[in-house]
Amino acid sequence: MTDKGKDRFAKKVFARPGSLVDVKSHFCPGCHHGIAHRILAETIDHFDLREKTVGVACVGCAVFLYDYIDVDVAEAPHGRAPAVATGVKRAQPDKFVFTYQGDGDLAAIGTSEVIHAANRGENITVLFINNTTYGMTGGQMAPTTMLGQKTSTSPYGRDFRKDGYPIKMAELLATLEGTAYSVRVATSTPAQIRKAKEAVKKAFEMQIKEMGFSIVEFLSTCPTNWGMKPLDAQKRVLGEMSEYFPLGVYKERKQADFL
Amino acid sequence: MAVSVGARVEQRVFMKGNEAICVGAIAAGCRFYYGYPITPQNDIPEYMSAHMPPIGGTFLQAESEVATINFLLGTSASGKRVMTSSSGPGISLMQEGLSYMAGSELPAVVVNISRSGPGLGGIAPSQGDYFQAVKCGGHGGYRMPVLAPHSVQEMYSLSMLAFDLADKYRNPAMILGDAIVGQMKEPFVQTPYVSTVSQEKPWALTGCAGRPRQHVKSLYLKDNAIEVHNWKLHRKYLRMQEEEVRYEDYHLDGANIAVVAFGTAARVSKTAIQWARREGIAAGMLRPITLFPFPGAQVDEVARRVDVLLVIEMNTGQMLEDVKASTTCHDKIRFLGKPCAMPTPEEIHGALRKLAGRE
Repeated sequence: MTDKGKDRFAKKVFARPGSLVDVKSHFCPGCHHGIAHRILAETIDHFDLREKTVGVACVGCAVFLYDYIDVDVAEAPHGRAPAVATGVKRAQPDKFVFTYQGDGDLAAIGTSEVIHAANRGENITVLFINNTTYGMTGGQMAPTTMLGQKTSTSPYGRDFRKDGYPIKMAELLATLEGTAYSVRVATSTPAQIRKAKEAVKKAFEMQIKEMGFSIVEFLSTCPTNWGMKPLDAQKRVLGEMSEYFPLGVYKERKQADFL
Repeated sequence: MAVSVGARVEQRVFMKGNEAICVGAIAAGCRFYYGYPITPQNDIPEYMSAHMPPIGGTFLQAESEVATINFLLGTSASGKRVMTSSSGPGISLMQEGLSYMAGSELPAVVVNISRSGPGLGGIAPSQGDYFQAVKCGGHGGYRMPVLAPHSVQEMYSLSMLAFDLADKYRNPAMILGDAIVGQMKEPFVQTPYVSTVSQEKPWALTGCAGRPRQHVKSLYLKDNAIEVHNWKLHRKYLRMQEEEVRYEDYHLDGANIAVVAFGTAARVSKTAIQWARREGIAAGMLRPITLFPFPGAQVDEVARRVDVLLVIEMNTGQMLEDVKASTTCHDKIRFLGKPCAMPTPEEIHGALRKLAGRE
């Protein structure tokens, strides 16, 4: 091998992001929390924010964020992360503040907190992991559970006459004046992961430029509670989930504005 | 107006109790106030909304008391002194957050200007929230210092003390007032705030520059970590009981009738005791200033040397249970309850005369 060839192989092209802690993941095979964590860590590194970030983790599988991301993290009661993040950001406006929440957390018990944080134009960033179920507690019906989806508390399938409809948070939050950026992404293909990372970058930029509230909704998987093999879970995201929860940007503020 | 006290000139101001709490908080360095409207404590958020911005402080009205207490959690985790105020129904909504803050060892001051209950109850003054405050209404078993002011002067001074206790123990602290002591106006001396505790907060989440990352949390899943954590918290509560008991001895020397009352009920009792003493009735009062830690040893000591212990509360008997638990002299205990209203000096005076065999 020539010296030139050696140099070529010596060049590092892929590495663990500095903000991602080097520990074994406890998440189930096929779960997308790991992908979202990596995107989060890469973006923190991209903007060199590790030492000025405070994260807020919520109740559910999302709570273990602090085991994986090498930043200061506060734990919030179920659904209250946007309120806790508000308290952090108001006290430390110079810090980068994000929440990381699941769909039971953000779209059921925490709807009030997320809507009012968005409506205040709270200058925080929310990463919202939607896997259409309560993962940690054993796969119960969530507000995001698809019609007909069988869960441990909708054993006959979700029926809109009884349980209403899957709630579309990215669209809902986009209607609020205080929201600067609302987007839905997925992470089931390499191309989608690249797009998701661009969306998270954009959401970070919104906070850095003090534009207001930003949210990235991830369509995620829960093969364990869906009773699916990981590859089938990807197909579900790309199929029926993306049909009902369309990917895309629902709001993007171009400049800090006031009505 | 300025009055001369010895060589010093101290500032006397005429204010509502609710406003005096705010003045004390600001003097103690609190620059973050969050709240949600509820009667009879609206003077507090109104005062803070006007007075925080000019001193660089933050006032923010939340969408609910649930959000409020979590704003507190976030600001406290950031290492800042922070407070809220509410009344019974709102304090109920804060119980979840208080449990999390106790579990996460976060200091904050929570003021309850209590009203009558249960449920929507009414806006009349009440001491019906004693159990909720003292036994702690949130889940999991925790304690917090509970201070019971009986004057506007104490609304000011105990507000400052609450911040110190919260920081000393890394724990929420509560001021339990009521509609009377909140709405009452009287002069008080604005004694300067002298900090008794360190305000260094190396545990605060300020971004991990130059140090390893740290967490503020109450979840402990591994091994017996939660058991270890519970014993650690328990030792803290024991330390509060050893170091923080506060009470007023009001004419107890030589008394054979001792009133035990706190807050507004104690304030009214003072007048009745003065009337009784003018008639030669040897009445006095043990007034708990800290409801937790409760001055149980003092209650027992007084109970042993008096003929009658008259517990007076604006409820149907809540502190009464703590009095009974503090002493074996149960046959000496009498109770005067006035749920959801202020007992008049005449009522208490009448009770004292009766106990002294004057009627």
